[in-house]
Order: sequence, then C-alpha cells, then structure tokens
Amino acid sequence: MIAALLAASETGNFINDLFDSFWLVLALKVAMVLGLALTAPLAVGYMEHKVLAHMQHRLGPMYAGRFHGWAQLIADGVKFIQKEDVIPKAADPWVFTLAPAVALVPYIALFLVIPFDNTIFAENLDVGIFYTLAITAISVIGVLMAGWASANKFSLIGALRAAAQLIAYELPMILAAVAVVMQAGTLSMVGITEAQHSHWYVLTQPVAFGVFLIASLAELTRPPFDMPVADSEIIFGAYTEYTGLKFAFFLLSEYAGIVAFSAIAAVLFLGGYLGPPFIGGLLPGPIWMSAKVGALAFFIVWLRATYPRLREDQLQRFSWVVLIPLMLLNIMVTATLKVLV
Amino acid sequence: MAIDTEQEVGPGAARTPAPSKRGLPGIGLLKGLGITLKHLLSRSITQQYPDEKPNLPARTRGVIALKEANCTVCYMCSRECPDWCIYIDAHKETHEPAGGGRGRSVKVLDRFAIDYALCMYCGICVEVCPFDALFWSPEFEYAEYDILEMTHEKERLEEWTYLVKPPPELEVGAEPPEEEVVAKAPDATPAQAPRAQAPAGPEAGTQAAAQPAPQPAAATAGAPEETAPARPAGERHEVEPEQETFDRVLQDELGKGTDRRVAEGRAKAAAIRAARKKAEG
Repeated sequence: MIAALLAASETGNFINDLFDSFWLVLALKVAMVLGLALTAPLAVGYMEHKVLAHMQHRLGPMYAGRFHGWAQLIADGVKFIQKEDVIPKAADPWVFTLAPAVALVPYIALFLVIPFDNTIFAENLDVGIFYTLAITAISVIGVLMAGWASANKFSLIGALRAAAQLIAYELPMILAAVAVVMQAGTLSMVGITEAQHSHWYVLTQPVAFGVFLIASLAELTRPPFDMPVADSEIIFGAYTEYTGLKFAFFLLSEYAGIVAFSAIAAVLFLGGYLGPPFIGGLLPGPIWMSAKVGALAFFIVWLRATYPRLREDQLQRFSWVVLIPLMLLNIMVTATLKVLV
Repeated sequence: MAIDTEQEVGPGAARTPAPSKRGLPGIGLLKGLGITLKHLLSRSITQQYPDEKPNLPARTRGVIALKEANCTVCYMCSRECPDWCIYIDAHKETHEPAGGGRGRSVKVLDRFAIDYALCMYCGICVEVCPFDALFWSPEFEYAEYDILEMTHEKERLEEWTYLVKPPPELEVGAEPPEEEVVAKAPDATPAQAPRAQAPAGPEAGTQAAAQPAPQPAAATAGAPEETAPARPAGERHEVEPEQETFDRVLQDELGKGTDRRVAEGRAKAAAIRAARKKAEG
C-alpha cells in the first residue's frame, strides 16, 4: 500500500503535489474516495427513480426536498437507519452481519483507481484494470454469505443464482477487457485512457463493448439479468431476510456497482476523461468522465425499463454458448491485427 | 409487428397475431428501447392529488349519497345491506286531509346513517332503492381520524348528492336509456311512462327518410335508430357485423394511415351500425 502510494506520487497525482505530509495525503484520498463512493450511487439512484417513472408516464418522487424530490434517497436513508435490525433466529449472526460489508467494500475500494483526469485519481496502479475486475468479483462473496447465513431457502437459491451468474459472466467480461488491454498495451487505467487520444476503443472494439455492457448487467444482477433477486420467484433472493441499514448497504452496493462498472466501461471503451475529438478541450476531464459514467448509468436504467427478465437457463446458455466463444474469437482477431498492423 | 396486407380481414380474424416478417436480428430489442425513450420524452399523466384534484369520470362510485326527499322509509336498503351498515329510524304521523275524512299515515325519517367503516361499496342499496333516494356520488374525501366518526348522518349524505355530475354523453351507436325511449313513443300514456316497464310503441322507427313511418309522429329526427319495430323498448338485439362495410371502412382507415388496431375498431363499429340499419329495413 505504501509502496503503491509512493509510486503514485511519482506519476504526478495532484494531491501528492499539493501536500508533502504522507498521512495528510492518505486521509484526503480516503475522504475523497469515500465521499465519491457514497454520493455517486445516490445520484444514480435518484436518476433511476426519475427515469423509470417518466418511462412509465409517472413523475416519480416529487415532495422530498421540495424540488422534484431531489432528497428522496436521503429520506430513504434516514428511514433505513430508523428501522428495526432483525436477525432471524436460525441465522448465523456473524456471517449475516458481515455480509453487507463484504458486498459493499469492494465497490468502494474500486473507486481508488478510477481516473478523473491524468492527474486526478487516488491511485494509478500498474495493474489497474486487473485490480478492478478482480475486486468486483469479491462482492458476490458477500451475496453468497448473505444467502447462506439467512437460513432461508429463497435466500440460498438467490445467492447460488448470483454465484452462477458471476461465474458465467465474469469470463466474457474479462475477455472483453483483455482485448482492450492488448490493444492499449497497458493494464493501467490512466494508461488505457491515454492510449485513446487518437480514437476511442469503442470504434475498434464495438463487439467487446457490447459484451462488456451485457456482462456488467449480469454481474450487477440488474434487469434483464436479475434472476438472483427475481421477486416473483424468490422474493428478494439473498436479501430476503435483511432489514434496515444492512439492507440499505446491499442497495448501496448495487448502485455503487452501477457507477463502478459504468466508470470501467467508460475508461476501457469511451476514452475515460478524454473528450470527443475537436470539442474535447472545451470541458475539463472530470466533467467528460462524469458525463460518460452518467450516460452509461442511464443506459443501464433504460434497459431495466424496457426488457423483461430472462429465465435462468437462458442466461447461462447465452453466456457459455454465445458470449464466451465470441470473445475468444475477438481476442484472436485483435491479437492477429496487433501483430500485423 | 408487421402485417401482410393480404391477410384475411374480418371481425374474427382481427385479433389473431399475424406472422411477423423477420427483420434484422435484434431489431425488436431496439424498437423496445425506442418505445421506452418515447415515453420518457412525453408528458407524464400523473395527477398530483393533494395539490391537484383528480379528474374523475362523472359516474365515479366514491360514496353513497342520500336524497332525503325521495326516501319513503321502506327499509329495503337496510334489509338488503350485506353488512348491516345502514341505520334508519322513523316514526309514524297521521296527517288530516284538507278536505276532511280519514287521517292518512305517513312515515317520517328521523335518522338515516351509513357506517362507512363497515360499508363495502357493493351498491346493493343503490340498486334496490325503489324511489331513487340513494345515489353514487364522486366524493371520496370523507376519511376521519376516529373509526366511530365514520358513521355519517343524513345531513352529510344529502350534501354529497349535490356533487353528482350530469351523466356523460352516450357513445356513438349506443342504445338510448329506456326512459327516453318510452317517453318518445307515441302512445306512451302517463301511466306507462315513469317506470318504463311496458313495451314501447311498435312504430319507434328509424330515420324518416329510410322508410315512410305509419305514424309520422314517431319518426322524429332524434328517434333512436336501434329500436326495431314490434320489439320491447330497450331490449338489446345482436346483429352480425356487415362484412362489406367492415372491409371498406378498414381499407379507408388504413389508407388514411390510422393505426391498425384503431382502424379495426372503427370498421367494426361501422359494420354493426350498418347491419342494424339493414335489420330495421
């Protein structure tokens, strides 16, 4: 950790340049990452409330905070804090209590490596993209813990579905990222972004972009791939027995996941903090990055409003029979072109 | 959904889904995204209730109201009420007729209350009331903080009758209310008219131009076109829609670019109207 921080200071992080004290820098970075990881999901959650409502000819929240219900999710948070914290009698209390944290912390840690400009980031790991994809996979362990510890068959089925879904979709997602990494020649998030100065990788890797988005939906268990929480079948999957703040943590991890995967997709395929050609210089990097993350998050919500849920076997078949062979082929083509061109 | 123009058309074939042409793979998914986006950009229809009064239909069944003057204290409503939520108290008075003679007994309503904590809004009381003293009123804001205050007395019930709106316009081609048919029939005597139980005059014909009416008085311009000769007024009679009219109107509507579903509905309505006209000669 310390070594990584020192390495970061050599690459020219703006906070490192501003302050000399190691501990001050560390505290600032932690505060900024935590602040981002806890507020960006709220913004996405509010956006989902409103977009989903308007796609159904409704208005969505209108009262909290007086102006178009902007404070709805804050009010929800206050409500969750007040709720009784119920732990089922048959549940394993330690695992049950730990599960929401295990689900949420990886997504917070993921915000460490997301660059908002070539100097605005908490860490510039050399293995940035490897780190992000590895750490998101930990989150599902939290879901599995929740399902197992709840002592509830619906929870267990939901947790196992989530695990099966993760295994099936982690592969095409990583393979899609591998194609980009091969083209960029680096694993660093900043490095991949900087490699897209001439053109964004969505132009050269459109198939990988599509597969990455589909796989992110599945990893986030978002509709149309929300079988692990399919309310009509298994109530709310692994979260069935959760109440109050613990439940809120699971919800927060879902929305933090949307932000995280949108950010990764933006870095890999949409040029991260780089603006589009010609008009890119008009706005600073953080605004471009936020706009791209917002657009991708909107797209994820849009899909939720449009498509019905798939069946469990359809989901598995789609990944193993279609996406994984497609991505292997994509890697072969990318490698061949990389050598030839 | 693409539909072949050669597809069999007709009232029976209208609802069977046509075999759709296969477009590009995934084109349906994109269309779905387009629909949700279109809805996102159009105005939402939410009425923000406490700030904005809802726009309710004229015949909304919000609460049961009482027109006290019509009530004869026959107790039919309270006896038919499935959960016994109607309370009626009355006493008998003897009125001396002005011209002398035997005194006449009348019942006078002292109390009429409905316990809306019990009422299940089945509307049986409204149905059975022989003198139209009970009405459905669109009022719905009568919640109370105490369940005991949910029993509303006749003064409050009377206020709600003022909120009843005039009936909405009938749809095109709908049969008129039976009272209207009876009132317009030529030989409707005052004895027959009020309750409309008697068959209407046999000559309630259609438009005057269609057929020389035996009794010209019957063939007024506003006369209901559905009332066939020698039929009791108000009785429904089913006709088969006319195929030619259906096809013609459907082609017209489709030619105008109307949505197929709407066009089929209009064509069927026109076909039934034409068939009725023919059935009546």
